[in-house]
Amino acid sequence: MPTAPAISTAGLRQKLLFLYLANTDLHAAVVAWSTFDGTSNDRPEMDDPDPPYATGVAAMRDGWRVIQVSPLQRPPAGQEFELGYLKHEVILEKLEPVPTEKEVSA
Amino acid sequence: MNKPVAEAPSASARSAADLPTQVPGFDRRHLLTTAQMAAFVSEGFLRFDALVPAELCNALMAELNDGLYRPYETEGADWEAIWPEPLAAGRIFRMPEVHGIIESLVGPHPRYDHHCPHLRTGPDNGHQGLHQDAEFDPRPSGFDIQVSFFPHDIGPEHGGTMFVPGSHFRRVHESEIGRYQNVLGQVQTVCKAGTLVFWHADLWHAGRANRTATERYMFKLRLNPMVRQLKLWNTDDLHDPAVIAGVKKVLKRGQPWFGQQNRIETMNRVRLWRELTGDPTFDLNMYWTRTGNAPQAGYRPVR
Repeated sequence: MPTAPAISTAGLRQKLLFLYLANTDLHAAVVAWSTFDGTSNDRPEMDDPDPPYATGVAAMRDGWRVIQVSPLQRPPAGQEFELGYLKHEVILEKLEPVPTEKEVSA
Repeated sequence: MNKPVAEAPSASARSAADLPTQVPGFDRRHLLTTAQMAAFVSEGFLRFDALVPAELCNALMAELNDGLYRPYETEGADWEAIWPEPLAAGRIFRMPEVHGIIESLVGPHPRYDHHCPHLRTGPDNGHQGLHQDAEFDPRPSGFDIQVSFFPHDIGPEHGGTMFVPGSHFRRVHESEIGRYQNVLGQVQTVCKAGTLVFWHADLWHAGRANRTATERYMFKLRLNPMVRQLKLWNTDDLHDPAVIAGVKKVLKRGQPWFGQQNRIETMNRVRLWRELTGDPTFDLNMYWTRTGNAPQAGYRPVR
């Protein structure tokens, strides 16, 4: 039985992309987003007026791997109309090499 | 230089209900209109650009730089006793135009909760994480307000307070929403000196990085209502059909980040509007009327 070739992650670091979608469909529109970059010491730039991807699937097509999606949970009885944190959170990752000092200063 | 502010009597020492509802000579034209109240219920804030004259802005800046406004002083005091003459903050927040907005939202004689001069010395690149102030707000009705006063011009690079319109019905725990870096529709404050933003105390917000080489101030004040928040604004137009049609339109106005929860957000607005107007029949799209429909009357068919 063929096995998938092992993928080495040596020298790679994780970049995370949090997307919050309009509903549970990964084709749904992105309504909020965050980035966390393990390859850089810089703080994330914020206040972009537009999301980096229009949908969750658009990010996947650009090489982001989905590592977690929010489960579907009905609210407790009597709390159907109480709202809290953003729903439909999708966490995606990329593994990328750490830029060399030369690449950073270029 | 820190000058002590006169000790103010506690608001709990007297009942707001026993006090006159409005100060003598108060002009009701300074109260909010029904349309403005609907916008507050919908978006969670109202902004008034350059409302405070330059002379008062400059006076407050001078006092801030002299260190006169220690944050959180005299918590729980009577609002009227805070910052007596000639302190500029008292003169600003007791301007008839400002007084009318405050009274429309939290009623007469609110309780001073706290204030804090937010100073950000630039340049820096550290955005504050998104948060809701204080603690979980479990109140089934009623709300505090916060007032953000900008005593100098705030440009795009000053990192003025960012608000997420319509987020005030979300029950979250303070800075646990710091994971959310960008929300579609968020609004960063860029304004002229003298601008005031009056906001529901549960509105999501954050200070942004000040990328200039100058200091950036935002003077924040929190007030608690001491009366039931029922028809406190100028309700003379509350039964005008054209005004109510406008109210319905505003309360249905969605935000781009609502997504699937858009209808529930509308229902929460309706719930607050019912409380503020005392009208339990007000509804939009029959959302509450439908979900509350559980007929008990029996039916005997005629044979």
